[in-house]
Amino acid sequence: MIVTGKGGVGKTTVSVALGMRAAAEGRRTIVCEVAAQENASRLFEHTTVGFHEIELEENLWAISIDPDESMREYVLLQLKVRAMRDMLFRSRIFNYLAAATPGLKELVTIGKIWELAQLDRKVKSGRKYDTVIVDAPATGHGVGFLQTPRTFANIARVGPIHSQAKTLDNFITNHEETGVAIVALPEEMPVNESAALEHDLVEEVGVAVDRVYLNGLYPERFSKEEAERLGALAAGENGGAAKAAARAALSEFERARSQRAQLARLRRRAQAPVKTLPFLFEPELGPEAARRLSRRVS
Amino acid sequence: MPELGDILAGKRVVICAGSGGVGKTTTSAAIASGLAARGDKVCVLTIDPAKRLADSLGLAELGNDARRVDPGLFAAQGVEMKGELWAMMLDPKATFDELIARQAPDEESRDRVLQNPIYQQISGALAGSQEYMAMEKLFELHTEGDYDVLVLDTPPSRNALDFLDAPRRLTQFIEGRSLRVFMKPTGFAAKVAGRGATVALSVMKRIVGFDLIADLAEFFNAFSGMVDGFQARAKRVNKLLAAPTTCFLVVCGPQGEPIDEAVYFHRKLVEAKLPFGGVIVNKVHYPAEDLRGEADDLDATLAAKLGDEDLAHRVAANFVDYQALAERDARNIEHLARELRATGVIRVPYLDEDVHDLAGLARIDRYLFATGEERVAMAAGRA
Repeated sequence: MIVTGKGGVGKTTVSVALGMRAAAEGRRTIVCEVAAQENASRLFEHTTVGFHEIELEENLWAISIDPDESMREYVLLQLKVRAMRDMLFRSRIFNYLAAATPGLKELVTIGKIWELAQLDRKVKSGRKYDTVIVDAPATGHGVGFLQTPRTFANIARVGPIHSQAKTLDNFITNHEETGVAIVALPEEMPVNESAALEHDLVEEVGVAVDRVYLNGLYPERFSKEEAERLGALAAGENGGAAKAAARAALSEFERARSQRAQLARLRRRAQAPVKTLPFLFEPELGPEAARRLSRRVS
Repeated sequence: MPELGDILAGKRVVICAGSGGVGKTTTSAAIASGLAARGDKVCVLTIDPAKRLADSLGLAELGNDARRVDPGLFAAQGVEMKGELWAMMLDPKATFDELIARQAPDEESRDRVLQNPIYQQISGALAGSQEYMAMEKLFELHTEGDYDVLVLDTPPSRNALDFLDAPRRLTQFIEGRSLRVFMKPTGFAAKVAGRGATVALSVMKRIVGFDLIADLAEFFNAFSGMVDGFQARAKRVNKLLAAPTTCFLVVCGPQGEPIDEAVYFHRKLVEAKLPFGGVIVNKVHYPAEDLRGEADDLDATLAAKLGDEDLAHRVAANFVDYQALAERDARNIEHLARELRATGVIRVPYLDEDVHDLAGLARIDRYLFATGEERVAMAAGRA
C-alpha cells in the first residue's frame, strides 16, 4: 500500500495508522519511510527508525529506506565475489555515476520496497511481511517517483537494468498486489489536487488507487439553528469568555460547514471511495493520535 | 512587530520557501498581489503544476510566459490595483531546453543533448532540475528587467533546502570533476567503447548492461562544450540570490514540525549568507486574551446566557479545544521568535473561510501588510 498526497496532509500519520491497523488485525506489517525524513520516528515514542527493520510492537515493523544503503545492498546481492564489489565501491566512476545518475536513488528505493514485499526475501534471514506500507513522497514528486522504474526500463532498452526495472514497474502497477491511497485535506485546492493526482496515477502510471482519505475533518458540533443563537449571543456580549467561546463555536461551525462542501466535491470528483478521518484536537500528533486514527482506517 | 511592507522595501526578488502544505503558493500570490496593489509591476512565478496559483488568481491556466491578472477582478473585490500583477508557471523541461540552446557552443552540440534519450527522459525529472530551472527563469526575468519585483513560489519538496542546493547539484552533475575524466579521449567513453576496458567497467556492465553505460557516457559527453557556460551562469545565479535586493521569506504553519523546519531553514539561510527577510506563520489560532479564571465557570455562564445546558456544554468544550490549539501555536511561535532573535515573525490567522481566490488573497493581505497598530486591533477583534 503506497500512501501519497500533497505536502502537509498527514501522509506519515495515515501510513502509521494503516500499519497499526493491519498489525492489529494480525498481519505482519512494515511501514517504510522514504527519503530519510524520519517523520515516522515522531510517531513512535523515542524510537529512531533507520535502515534496519525494527520491531515497534506486535506484528509491526518500520524501516527508513536510505537510497545509498539500498544501492549498497543491491550491489552486494548482485555480486557474490567480495573482491569485485570492494573494487566497485572504491571505483571513482561507479561512485560518481551512483551519485549523479538521475532517478537512481528513487529506483533503488523502489527496489528495496519490492524486496521487502517478497515472500522469498533476497536479504539473508529476511522476515516475511504480509503488508508493506510506504509513506511516499509528496505530490509532484509522487507521480515521478512511481514512474521511475518505467523511465529506467525505457532508457535501458535491454540488459539487466531493463529487466529489473520492468519487474519493479510490474510490481507497482499490479492491481492485485499494490494499491495507492491518496491523503487529502477538506479544502478547495487540496481537493482539486487530489482529484488531479488520482487521474495522473491511474492514467499515467497505471496504478490502482484504492482509497482517498480526507484527513482532518472537523466534527459538526453545532446545528445551523444553534449557530444563529450563538451569533446573537456573541453580538450581544461585550467581551469576556462567553463571547470568545461563542465566537470560537461560530468559527468551528463555519469551518465544519465549508469542509462538508469540500467533502461533497471530493466524493463527486474522486473515482476511488472516499473515507474521512477526524481532525484531532491535539497540540502535537504522537503515537496515541496515530492509534486513534488506526481505528478509523481500513 | 515587523511589518512586511518594511521588510520588502527596495527588494527586487522575493523568494518564498518552506516545506509542503504550509500555504506557500497562497502566500506568494498574496504578497505579489499586495505589492501590485501598492503600485509595483510584479510577476509571481510558480513551478507547481497543480494549478494552485492559477486557481487562486482566477486564471484558467498559466504557461511558460507571464500572463497579466485582469485588474477588473481585483476591482470586483474592492481592491484598487495601482500596479500590475503578472503570473507564470514554469515548465522545467521547456526551460531546460532553452537553457541548453543558449549554452550550446553550436547547433550540433545542442542537438546532441536535446536528442539524447537520457536527456529526454530526465530533463523534467532530474533531481534538483525543477529547483534549478526555477532559479534559472528567475535570473532570466531579473536580467530582462521588465518587472519591479519578482516573487518566486519555490517548488514543493520534502526538504525546503533542496532548491538552495540545486544550482550546485546541477552544475556538479554537468561539470563535476569526475565528468572531466569521461571527456578525456582516453577517458570513460573511450573505455566503454572497448579500448582498454577496466575491470570496474566490466563489473558495472555486468550489473547495469552495456547499452546503458554507453548511453550515459554519450549523455555526459554531449555536455562537454557547455561546462564553462554552466559554471559561469551558476555563479551569476548565486550572486543574484545573495544580493541585498533579494529577500528570502520562510513560510510555515504553527505546528511543531513546520516550526522546527522554519528554524532550521532560517539557520541555513544565515549560514549561506543569504538575505533572510522573515518568517510568515500561516493558519495561526489566535488565543482569546485574559480569560483565565473567567473560563473556569464558562459552562455555567453559557448555560445561563443560552438557557440550554447541552449546547452550553458543547460550546465550552469546543472553546477548550480551540484554546489548546491557540496555546500550542503561541508556544511554538514564541520558540520561533526566540530562535530568530525576535526579528521578522509575521502571523496570519486561521481564517474561517478557505482561502483559494482573489477575495481570500485580499483578506490575507490585510494581515500580511498590516502595520503594528492594525495588527493589534485585528487580533483584538478576533478574540
